[in-house]
Amino acid sequence: MMRFLLLFSRQGKLRLQKWFTAMTDREKKKIIREMTTIVLARQPRSCNFLQWKDLKIIYKRYASLYFCLGVENQENELLALEVIHRYVELLDKYFGNVCELDIIFNFEKAYFILDEFLMGGEIQETSKQIVNRAIESSDMLQEDDHSEWYEVELFGP
Amino acid sequence: MPAVSKGDGMRGLAVFISDIRNCKSKEAEVKRINKELANIRSKFKGDKALDGYSKKKYVCKLLFIFLLGHDIDFGHMEAVNLLSSNKYTEKQIGYLFISVLVNSNSDLIRLINNAIRNDLASRNPTFMNLALHCIANVGSREMAEAFVSDIPRILVAGETMDSVKQSAALCLLRLNRTSPDLVPMGEWTARVVHLLNDQHLGVVTAATSLITTLAQKSPEDFKTSVVLAVARLSRIVTSAAIDLQDYTYYFVAAPWLSVKLLRLLQCYPPPEDAALRSRLTECLETILNKVQEPPKSKKVQHSNAKNAVLFEAIALIIHHDSEPNLLVRACNQLGQFLQHRETNLRYLALESMCLLASSEFSHEAVKTHIETVINALKTERDVSVRQRAVDLLYAMCDRSNSKQIVAEMLSYLETADYSIREEIVLKVAILAEKYAVDYTWYVDTILNLIRIAGDYVSEEVWYRVIQIVINRDDVQGYAAKTVFEALQAPACHENLVKVGGYILGEFGNLIAGDPRSSPLVQFNLLHSKFHLCSVPTRALLLSAYIKFINLFPEVKGTIQDVLRSDSQLRNADVELQQRAVEYLRLSCIASTDILATVLEEMPPFPERESSILAKLKKKKGSSKLPDLDDVRRSVNGSTDHAENTEATETVSAHSFTDKLNLNSTPSSGPSLLVDVFSDVSSPAATDMSEEHFPRFVCKNNGVIYENQLLQIGLKSEYRQNLGRMYVFYGNKTSTQFLSFSSAVTSSDILKTQLTVHAKTVDPMIEGGAQVQQILNIECLSDFSDAPVLSIQFRYGGTLQNIAVKLPVMLNKFFQPTEMTSQDFFQRWKQLGAPRQEVQKIFKAQHQMDSDVAKAKLLGFGVALLDGVDPNPANFVGAGIVHSKTTQVGCLLRLEPNTQAQMYRLTLRTSKDSVSQRLCELLSDQF
Repeated sequence: MMRFLLLFSRQGKLRLQKWFTAMTDREKKKIIREMTTIVLARQPRSCNFLQWKDLKIIYKRYASLYFCLGVENQENELLALEVIHRYVELLDKYFGNVCELDIIFNFEKAYFILDEFLMGGEIQETSKQIVNRAIESSDMLQEDDHSEWYEVELFGP
Repeated sequence: MPAVSKGDGMRGLAVFISDIRNCKSKEAEVKRINKELANIRSKFKGDKALDGYSKKKYVCKLLFIFLLGHDIDFGHMEAVNLLSSNKYTEKQIGYLFISVLVNSNSDLIRLINNAIRNDLASRNPTFMNLALHCIANVGSREMAEAFVSDIPRILVAGETMDSVKQSAALCLLRLNRTSPDLVPMGEWTARVVHLLNDQHLGVVTAATSLITTLAQKSPEDFKTSVVLAVARLSRIVTSAAIDLQDYTYYFVAAPWLSVKLLRLLQCYPPPEDAALRSRLTECLETILNKVQEPPKSKKVQHSNAKNAVLFEAIALIIHHDSEPNLLVRACNQLGQFLQHRETNLRYLALESMCLLASSEFSHEAVKTHIETVINALKTERDVSVRQRAVDLLYAMCDRSNSKQIVAEMLSYLETADYSIREEIVLKVAILAEKYAVDYTWYVDTILNLIRIAGDYVSEEVWYRVIQIVINRDDVQGYAAKTVFEALQAPACHENLVKVGGYILGEFGNLIAGDPRSSPLVQFNLLHSKFHLCSVPTRALLLSAYIKFINLFPEVKGTIQDVLRSDSQLRNADVELQQRAVEYLRLSCIASTDILATVLEEMPPFPERESSILAKLKKKKGSSKLPDLDDVRRSVNGSTDHAENTEATETVSAHSFTDKLNLNSTPSSGPSLLVDVFSDVSSPAATDMSEEHFPRFVCKNNGVIYENQLLQIGLKSEYRQNLGRMYVFYGNKTSTQFLSFSSAVTSSDILKTQLTVHAKTVDPMIEGGAQVQQILNIECLSDFSDAPVLSIQFRYGGTLQNIAVKLPVMLNKFFQPTEMTSQDFFQRWKQLGAPRQEVQKIFKAQHQMDSDVAKAKLLGFGVALLDGVDPNPANFVGAGIVHSKTTQVGCLLRLEPNTQAQMYRLTLRTSKDSVSQRLCELLSDQF
């Protein structure tokens, strides 16, 4: 199973963190620190995998963002790489040519999309169409809500 | 403000994020955050009830702040309130906050559980999915208790929507991982297995994940999944890409599902049903074939997905380890990848080959890639790839290539990354020990290790070299000479000083005859390093000095002067001071005899699992170490470990480090010698001795065990299925052994095959005396285990426990049989069934002398038949093994090949277990 997924920038700024097992905040912070240090220090054209303690770390850089996935030892590295790619495709489809700023300003969306795709550290739905449809339909629900709160926002604090 | 979001757009949130991004310093950021927190807190506490949207916005801001790495200690309640909103977006944010921030805070969990319960019952698939996600994300025990009975029901209910089924399967999987005891098995399990037949591939994928996890824990319950999984896999690999619509990923049919199915099959042995088995083999062959086809796309995603399935198929082939043909194909495929231009593939090929190397079918095929792997070690730019190359070299190492591999690893070590040096050191140390035919090579290798990477040589490694040198008297002189030479280097690593100090202290006398390494030269050499060393090393050197006083009376004065100097006697370190004082006193007052007794050479260390290996295991986690079982080879080269598991268990409780006793102050009383290995307050650990066991295969009399206190001798005679053994216990000390007892124990299986009746023995043995015990033995049926003689007695207040493996082997019940050449060939043909014959080809361990071989065969119990074999250099023998129930005729042929230094041994008997055991026993003798 997958243990965690981290998205961070070239400067080491964390943009998204998803943990699939229970961990204390201290453990999380330690892993985040180590992952950013290790991955950012890798030479270009290195392979996308490394062994870290009892986990396999699979990472890939898309534009300015690093996607870093920690999986258990029996997992398939190449397919984990494609999990990352599929997630990028889903983000791309939703935001239209996704960039780091999209994920910063719409972090909750990035989480929702991830939740449609992965669950409990396993892949939930590999079909791009089905995931997109699910996201779109939840956005439709959101559009319905819109009218009710939009006024409030305009005149609110 | 850039990147305004799609869909909703909580403007306040976007403004806040912008502000944070515009902060020029960390302080400014903290200030802005604190301002926002104060604002939110006041909103939450305010009199005015907040509307859902505001609540959502503030909760989302809190979430953002938390994700920036700040602590959040309020807002949980508001988030929980959002859960019961009937607006989807509010509910969704509420669940997100809970998933990210809630750990098992019990009050909240109850409220959250209520909301979840409502959503699960809502029959609204979107809400149900949110609820299931939340359970899977939090995964606490309390949640498991609350919902674990509902989820299986939702999973298998006919009316459940596909997407909810997927969530339910994975949610259940998560709960099974966190609280396996709570997940009830029941009639739903059978229905879950049938989800493998579902129309919807997303459901099948999720269900396969769940079944795999459950099957790992209770394979019996999910056995039927094998048939369905093979059928499904077969349909996927033979399908045209378009059949699977959106489940085709870059022209690869359902790669995720394929990999999951292949993983599920790895929970089981190869199918027994021939049709099923051949269908699976076809699938695996198809997957192997597809890799050779031209790619349907140039995109890396295409090749990644295709190869992902391939690697998983190879993992299954290795797991089954039963189809030599597939194993060799897999190996060839990986061999191609070893030179692939994609670094990822080279990395994975090295990783998978590690597993292939441990299969007997493919070990040789893997070895053919040795040059490529060594080359990878030298030329790969990426350290993680080099690391894999080291792992593979370690896995493919055997007797034939050990020298080359160890040499390559040593030379790589000089430039290796610091992060992996220690591991390489451990690996080299293990290989050098495991494959040492000649222990001088071992000693050289370890000293090289210390020279090249002294800082990375852990204590376990240098303890082990000392252990081995002490236990093997054939290498002691060489070791002393080599460390002496190594210490000549102007700068040498402290670990070398430790090894040098210990070995010269024990065996310096072996090289003292040479004036270039006279006692004084040795001492001066060691002492020249003294001041550069740390306290523990100095303490060790002081012990070496006192040993020198015993070995070389002529340097006593010099050493006493050193001990007497202020820098020793008044050393600020208590340990050093105490050693100096005690050793000085000891050297002044004790007579040479007492000195000789107290400072006698260290007794051999009991055999035990290498502490280095334990360390490597700890370092890497066992999954990374193929080949573990057979690495368990111990110091004296005994290989019969299968029968020695009990012994290894008992000793592993005491670590080697305690017993080397280097860092603690040696007590100088008379018990020093006896008690070096034992903790005074508890009885000595029982180490089963089987060191001499193999020597008794071809002879009946001799010394089976000896330590400083006790010698055990044996005389035995056998007739047909009966035997009698006289055991002599000799007290080597001048003090009585009290409460002496000895008993014979057998494993449960052995008890049904062999009875051993031991007469009682006198409970006291006077100093210097010998007592005798008679054992009556009867062989009931053929056996392969050996009984154990357990001895217990009290010596000087300490309870001693000794266990000795008794040399009662199946061949003892041989009656030699003479027969004519014609008879021999006739019977040889009669015993031609495949399992009746056992053959072994092995390398000669001793000089190949025809007379010695002849004597051994006669000692083994067979009659040697001349003129049967046309080649006079070969031996042919015959005999009958007698047991109470049966008599088993046995024919054997031993063919020496002096040119290759090999033997071929063939045994034919009417019973396969007898052939097997006799072959094991006899093949170790040459």
